[in-house]
Amino acid sequence: MNLEAARARLASLPDPEIPAVTLVELGIVRDLRETGAGLEVVLTPTYSGCPATELIADDVRAALAEFGPVTVTLQRSPAWTTDWISAEGREKLQRYGIVPPQCSAEQAIRFVPQLRCPRCAGGRTEQLSRFGSTPCKSTWRCIECGEPFEYFKSI
Amino acid sequence: MFDPRMTYVLQLADTCLIHAQRLGEWCGHAPVIEEDLALTNMALDLIGQARALLTHAGALEGAGRDEDQLAFLREERDYRNVVLVELPNSAASPSDGSGGRDFALTTLRNAAVAIWLELLYEKLLDSTDPELAAIAAKALKEVRYHRQHASDWVVRLGDGTAESQARMQAALAVLWPYVNELFAAPGVDGVGPAWKDVEAEWRARWGTLMQEATLSLPRDSALRTQGHLGVHSEHMGHLLATMQYLQRAYPGGVW
Repeated sequence: MNLEAARARLASLPDPEIPAVTLVELGIVRDLRETGAGLEVVLTPTYSGCPATELIADDVRAALAEFGPVTVTLQRSPAWTTDWISAEGREKLQRYGIVPPQCSAEQAIRFVPQLRCPRCAGGRTEQLSRFGSTPCKSTWRCIECGEPFEYFKSI
Repeated sequence: MFDPRMTYVLQLADTCLIHAQRLGEWCGHAPVIEEDLALTNMALDLIGQARALLTHAGALEGAGRDEDQLAFLREERDYRNVVLVELPNSAASPSDGSGGRDFALTTLRNAAVAIWLELLYEKLLDSTDPELAAIAAKALKEVRYHRQHASDWVVRLGDGTAESQARMQAALAVLWPYVNELFAAPGVDGVGPAWKDVEAEWRARWGTLMQEATLSLPRDSALRTQGHLGVHSEHMGHLLATMQYLQRAYPGGVW
């Protein structure tokens, strides 16, 4: 079995909710290994109730099926953090119109983000809601260009 | 008949689940769309926590019951949530024009439960049960965010207009007697603390919040509800009738 080919295939899988970034870039994929019974992929859910978790597991199973039997293991500890989003992932989020996390998970408790609009780079923005279209984001608006945008919250 | 560890986990799991059910009732009805998103997102986090906890409770029981069987196929007396979370979203009749939803009551309850969960999850990080510690580590980040959100609303409405303050004060009077139960369940050695262990810190934080919100605490009540022992209010059966409808009408139904 070609573990490298499987790894490359896994690295190409987009996140179903935010297809601009891959699962690997988001830090959801913790491990890919060969076991006696085939391949095992270890995933860490982002939020306890994230409805995409099961879809992601299905996507991974389907994508790796050609390499033999696949087991997907959900590992809760250590808990997923936005600190695991790669530099490349952050850049892609920004280009897609979602401002990436602006501080570490450690700082997030007291941090009030001052965001720059990902469309016009304007500095005058306001938070419309602490929550958004997915559990991981909050909703913002740029006062300068008037466009809404999302922020990937640090956790 | 139950392993005390299972009971402990169920008390937490059911409190998350039933709290989420009440928050979810706001879907499509919140005062503004941003708050509609917020209430349902918090419900989603709590359902996620309940799923993990129920799965774990099922494993501790060892009788092959999974999260769905525990969530949807138990009888009222087998649920171990505190009564506070099963109270309807409004103390008034649904026919008074409010639709049975009082944002003041929801906001206060949400803050009270979020502070409580935050304190419990912090302690559960040290649990000798690794699964419970892992669930707590994940959930802690989520409830901390809920607490910030709910507390901001409590201050904004409490220290708001005369009308908003009066409504918050009225909602607080309804909820306050039920808060006692948040400190009632016993702990399990090594696994999880007695709820009493978070009481002093909860009351301190709640006191600070009330002060900021210019709300005055009602007198302490002698009421001691027993939801954590399976003794529920008259509202629980109605809640379960809605929540369990699909599995009762179409047994084994899946998406």
